[in-house]
Amino acid sequence: MNVAMKNGWSRLWHGLRSLTGDDSYERYLAHLAVHHPGERPPSRARFYASELERRWNQDGPTRCC
Amino acid sequence: MRSKRIWQWLIWGPITCIGAAAFGGIALNRGESINAAWIVVAAACVYLIAYRFYSGWIAARVAALDATRATPAESLENGRDFMPTHRWIVFGHHFAAIAGAGPLVGPTLAAQFGYLPGTLWLLVGAVLGGCVQDMLVMFCSVRRNARGLGQMAHDELSPIGGTAALVATLTIMTILIAVLALVVVKAMAHSPWSTFTVFATIPIALVVGIYLRVLRPGRVLEGTALGVALLLFAVLAGGWIDANPSLHGLFDLDARALAWFVMIYGFVAAVLPVWLLLAPRDYLSTFVKLGVVVLLALAVCLLAPEIKMPAITRFIDGTGPIFSGKLFPFLFITLACGAISGFHSLVASGTTPKLLARETDIRLVGYGSMALESSVGILALIAACVLDPGVYFAINVAGGVVGADPHAATATITSWGFPVTVGQMQSLAHSMGEQTLFARTGGAPSLAVGMASIFGSAFGQSLLAMWYHFAIMFEAVFILTVLDAGTRVGRFIVQEAFGKISAPFGRTSWYPSVVLSSLVTVAGWGYFLYIGVIDPNGGINILWPLFGIANQLLAAIALAVVTAILVKSGRVRYVWVSGLPLAWLVTVTTTASLQKILSADPKLGFFAAARDLSDKLAAGLLPAERAAAAPQLIFNQHLDGWLTAFFLALVWVVVIDMVRSCTLYLSGRSAAGCREAPYERTQLA
Repeated sequence: MNVAMKNGWSRLWHGLRSLTGDDSYERYLAHLAVHHPGERPPSRARFYASELERRWNQDGPTRCC
Repeated sequence: MRSKRIWQWLIWGPITCIGAAAFGGIALNRGESINAAWIVVAAACVYLIAYRFYSGWIAARVAALDATRATPAESLENGRDFMPTHRWIVFGHHFAAIAGAGPLVGPTLAAQFGYLPGTLWLLVGAVLGGCVQDMLVMFCSVRRNARGLGQMAHDELSPIGGTAALVATLTIMTILIAVLALVVVKAMAHSPWSTFTVFATIPIALVVGIYLRVLRPGRVLEGTALGVALLLFAVLAGGWIDANPSLHGLFDLDARALAWFVMIYGFVAAVLPVWLLLAPRDYLSTFVKLGVVVLLALAVCLLAPEIKMPAITRFIDGTGPIFSGKLFPFLFITLACGAISGFHSLVASGTTPKLLARETDIRLVGYGSMALESSVGILALIAACVLDPGVYFAINVAGGVVGADPHAATATITSWGFPVTVGQMQSLAHSMGEQTLFARTGGAPSLAVGMASIFGSAFGQSLLAMWYHFAIMFEAVFILTVLDAGTRVGRFIVQEAFGKISAPFGRTSWYPSVVLSSLVTVAGWGYFLYIGVIDPNGGINILWPLFGIANQLLAAIALAVVTAILVKSGRVRYVWVSGLPLAWLVTVTTTASLQKILSADPKLGFFAAARDLSDKLAAGLLPAERAAAAPQLIFNQHLDGWLTAFFLALVWVVVIDMVRSCTLYLSGRSAAGCREAPYERTQLA
């Protein structure tokens, strides 16, 4: 029961992080490690800034009526 | 296999029976008040059955979704926007992107026809139209490397279709921002508590922006938690400001001043870097929005309030005081977003397909999110219908229609058969912490009163004023997000157009170009906002139908693209799946546009209204204050008439283009099939 509950919380926490984009830097690092090993990753701050730039200044509408 | 079939019957048999029983309950209870639980249960069963059977059939037969086929998220994965993601997370992202103020305001206004027409169209329109549109547009985009709607219209119809989609996007954005800004302005006018709370969201967003960029880069959850706590504090602080005689006056502003403020804010937000204001505001609004939707659903289910609005009111004959026009076509134009929203096709193509890990997830994300969005519309409709009808009309009808004097207004509304007294309105306003609730048009205040009374009964009556201002803050936060984001999208389209005239203006980061194009975009929606504010009939009665027509026009463009793709990919026998909703939308938008242009009734037709007003002006029948604004209003009615004609032309250009492109293909005169990306087998486990 205890293990199941712990598992449930951890899944909920991970879901919440994914949903808000809190874990996007870690996910990017994981992507680099698999697809471009050896490439130097940007810092968390630089990654965050460039992501916002992409999302709001390059993509189309992301928010609706 | 056999036991699976038995389980299917055991689950779906009872759901069908319960749904049918709930509808039976609604049908038999005509003439007496019914409980909202009937509507909630009936709606939930309809969404579940439609999701299980219709979306399943579309997924298997029409689209033939293929779980073995690699999606763009996999084949173009870059760890940023292209990223295979768990389907429930994509569902959350997509729902947060499509959920907005539309399905809250539309049903609130449409409640003037009674609760039944709105409920039925929210259900039927969503399961047969809106959900299908979102799902199939998403499917088409996934099969085309996550292309956007404009690009797909360009490729599958013709460059004319592509341009029409772009122009429609820019105009709908302008009208959308204007109408939503008007909703916020009307909610803040002469309400220091609301004004302070909404103003406070700006420095709060700045604080969160700095936190996320400088102090703890990218820690979105921390920043959002801080921001939400500050927002709740701002609602509380608004009450203290309201009670403080020296600060009270500082935030007691009229609608004109607030309109100017919103315009200046929109301009500043468009030229500031995104990390400072737009991005943090968006994090906050998403959080608050999802939270309130969950809270409202819980409260309605727990409390099961009585519906006080009649099933159908006399206003289906077209004499409605909130907006004019008969049930057909104006119910469909007004509800728009909760049933079919063209705007969703912009998110369903382009943004969301970049995250889908498997093609078969399209069913949950595309069809499922829209069904949930539509159920938010049902909740908003319930919140409007639990108010006494007299109170509902007193809040939502403009002073220009029933008279600015409270006694005159209550007398008129009571004479319609919806009794209400001045004392009742005063004590309601007092309990909500407002000076008055008369003629608070726009939908937000009446939704907030409805939500506050539901929340109040479920979670504690003593906090009514707090709930009311919390609801206003909640609507304002995401309306201002749409305003920021929409102005930015408009700015890019304008910059692209300018770039064709003079190259440097096309560079999106060149400062003079940023300033000029932002000014042009803000001036576009600012004009409609300002006219809405000075209009004694409330403005919303003009702007909301215009927005509805524009939104349904964009949906027609999206469905035309889908229909062309179905025909050209050998799915002609399923063409009715998108073709019937398209035919319905074209009928509705054409009828509504023609009535808005040609009607001789000044309450309905734009040109008739202009003529009526100029006749009255010439005869000197208008009081001095209204005479001063009359020339601007006359010009605006003409402009709105021409704009509607333009929308109508745009719909037909796209439909004719679609029919032309399909006939060419079917008759074999054009070999060009549709442009699907080649099959690639998925490597994901």
